[in-house]
Amino acid sequence: MRSRKMPDGSAFAPQYASIPHRDHTAELGMWVFIATEVLLFGGLILAYFIYRHAFPHGFVEGSRHTEIVIGTVNTAVLLTSSFLVAWAVEIFSPATSRIATWLLMGAACLGLVFLVLKGIEYSKEYDAHLVPGIDFQSAGPLADGVQLFFILYFIATAIHALHVLIGICLLTTLATICRKAPTTRHHTALRSAALYWHFVDMVWIFLFALIYLPGRSSS
Amino acid sequence: MSETNYLTTDYTLRSWFLTTDHKRIAILYFASLIFFFFIGGAAATAIRIELATPQGDFVSSDIYNRLFTMHGIIMVWFFLIPSIPNTLGNFIVPLMIGARDLAFPRLNLMSWYIFMLGGCTTLFAIFAGGIDTGWTFYTPFSTLYSNSYVIVAAAGVFIAGFSSILTGLNFIVTIHRLRAPGLTWYRLPLFLWSLYATSVILVLATPVLAITLLLMATERFFGVGIFDPRIGGDPLLFQHLFWFYSHPAVYIMILPGMGVINELVSCFSRKQVFGYKFVAWCSLAIAAVGFLVWGHHMFVSGQSLVASLVFSFMSFIVAVPSAIKVFNWTATLHKGSIHFDAPMLYALGFIGLFTVGGLTGLFLACLAYDVHATDTYFVVAHFHYIMVGGMVTAYFGGLHYWWPKITGRLYSEYWARAAAILIFFGFNLTFFPQFVLGAEGMPRRYHVYPPEFQVWNVLSSGGAVILAIAYLMPVFYFGYSAFFGRRAPANPWDAPGLEWQTSSPPPEHNFTSQPVVTRDPYQYDEDFHAEPQNA
Repeated sequence: MRSRKMPDGSAFAPQYASIPHRDHTAELGMWVFIATEVLLFGGLILAYFIYRHAFPHGFVEGSRHTEIVIGTVNTAVLLTSSFLVAWAVEIFSPATSRIATWLLMGAACLGLVFLVLKGIEYSKEYDAHLVPGIDFQSAGPLADGVQLFFILYFIATAIHALHVLIGICLLTTLATICRKAPTTRHHTALRSAALYWHFVDMVWIFLFALIYLPGRSSS
Repeated sequence: MSETNYLTTDYTLRSWFLTTDHKRIAILYFASLIFFFFIGGAAATAIRIELATPQGDFVSSDIYNRLFTMHGIIMVWFFLIPSIPNTLGNFIVPLMIGARDLAFPRLNLMSWYIFMLGGCTTLFAIFAGGIDTGWTFYTPFSTLYSNSYVIVAAAGVFIAGFSSILTGLNFIVTIHRLRAPGLTWYRLPLFLWSLYATSVILVLATPVLAITLLLMATERFFGVGIFDPRIGGDPLLFQHLFWFYSHPAVYIMILPGMGVINELVSCFSRKQVFGYKFVAWCSLAIAAVGFLVWGHHMFVSGQSLVASLVFSFMSFIVAVPSAIKVFNWTATLHKGSIHFDAPMLYALGFIGLFTVGGLTGLFLACLAYDVHATDTYFVVAHFHYIMVGGMVTAYFGGLHYWWPKITGRLYSEYWARAAAILIFFGFNLTFFPQFVLGAEGMPRRYHVYPPEFQVWNVLSSGGAVILAIAYLMPVFYFGYSAFFGRRAPANPWDAPGLEWQTSSPPPEHNFTSQPVVTRDPYQYDEDFHAEPQNA
């Protein structure tokens, strides 16, 4: 490639005045969508805090039953994948489309690794009879709190995993496009997808602290 | 008419169901909402027939529960919430800001499909056997005891929520990014300010409903006790989360109506809206404070007295911006050159009915009186004055006002005025007696009642007959107008808004050249003479 300037992509939709206008508009759309997502997870985290406040010991006990090693590895996996995406956004241009493709594929693969590890964690919890509604056995005075902890744990991580899955699809699609003919339009799409992917990452950081860390320091 | 407009560009079914034109999507929504309105209305009719006599002689108590639940769910989520935003808003927003479409036209179409998917899911729940929880899905009844299609109905509402979110997102981004050159924020018609405030609520509150319904459905499906007190869950948490969405949702249902009224009052008094900036910011104030008052639905739930006091106080506060709007509309009328066209009759009706609904809201915000009035017909009357007297009236007003723009045809002014007046009287006859019933202690949601309440109930049912006839009238004169009405000029009301500067109906991309705005909205002064740019 002789020029580092990206092709504009042929036309833009009639409601926009120019290509930058279109691109800024698209990005604002993603920010508003993220606002909606914050409230989705916010409601869930609120429920978590209310029950943690009501059952402090039960939640600590529940947290001790989680797989902190897998959780920590998963945090590293997701952060690394976010780093790769950020890198791809920075270098995105026709000249570097090969590298960007590899970075995006790498990020998507790390997303898959995250899901696989999460699946292993779920099966371990199933073996330990910790899945409320399907197979849950816990006795003692803390049983209610532990069960509420695990209900919220499964709902929160399942919704998060669904977001990861959608993110993987987005990244794979962009990697495919990127390999062929990247234009400014795809750069915008990539920036928006990256925003989403970082957001999913942020949610995980919150969930990690809420799920794996309570009660760890004192044990 | 020689030039093609958005209705005549293509006649195939495909061109309608795969359209990305905001105007056609508005028509798709309009047709769907009429359908849902009549389903919800049919349930209301059955309710009023049952309540005409004290005995339970028309339906059993079990069927009655399913009827009012169906009425509530359909009317709230499949009529009121999408009513003005998704039909009039969808059609008018890009025209008002001088844009060629919404920011994300495909997302707009997707939102309609999601809405229909949610609607069909809910209809399936209703016709497969119905739901008896009331529209609020309160736990633990909905999770543990109800033998009805709770999960399916909740899934329908959950799905429809995504359509709300996408519409809100589209409006926010469109109003931020696609305004015509010169159209600054303070030059925006007030309809856009209120739709912007509505969209903020749609985007920020709807996800909380989604997660709440998801938790409720999970508990019901897996039998885990998220809200089950027997294993430590808190049923009140459900109410908190539910009303955190559903109280702001009340403002989703009234703010767009207020926005329409600004346009109507100003146009038919030929005056600028009094205190433009106050009205604009009041919309946002209502949206913001509206997030902090949900606990007034729970005064008798056992929440702490401190919480009740705070929520009571905040509920009085949220009345202030609403009252400012009413005063400003009245001040706009003052010394105006008032024309009693049909849209104006609806607007005046709105102001009166909304004021009654708003003032009785203050009764309910009082802790002491609310304990007496909770779950009585007083509450039912109050929110119907806001939702039906307010929002539905505003919807009809807006529909009449923009009908010539949407269809390019004029309707019969005589029949339109007759319907407006009949709606006003039918509405009051239906719902005012319910204030009396509530104050005397008749509880809501029962299909039988003591005989001494009968006279008020008969009045109410009689009013409902008039109201039903009045609501059916537009079907006929609008139906006639759509096919045989006189052709409308570009600007039948001689109004200054950008939507009137293009032809009626507008061409496919709204404007033949990019409009430029050089003046404030509502300039009805004597030197104003609308000149259609694209004539």
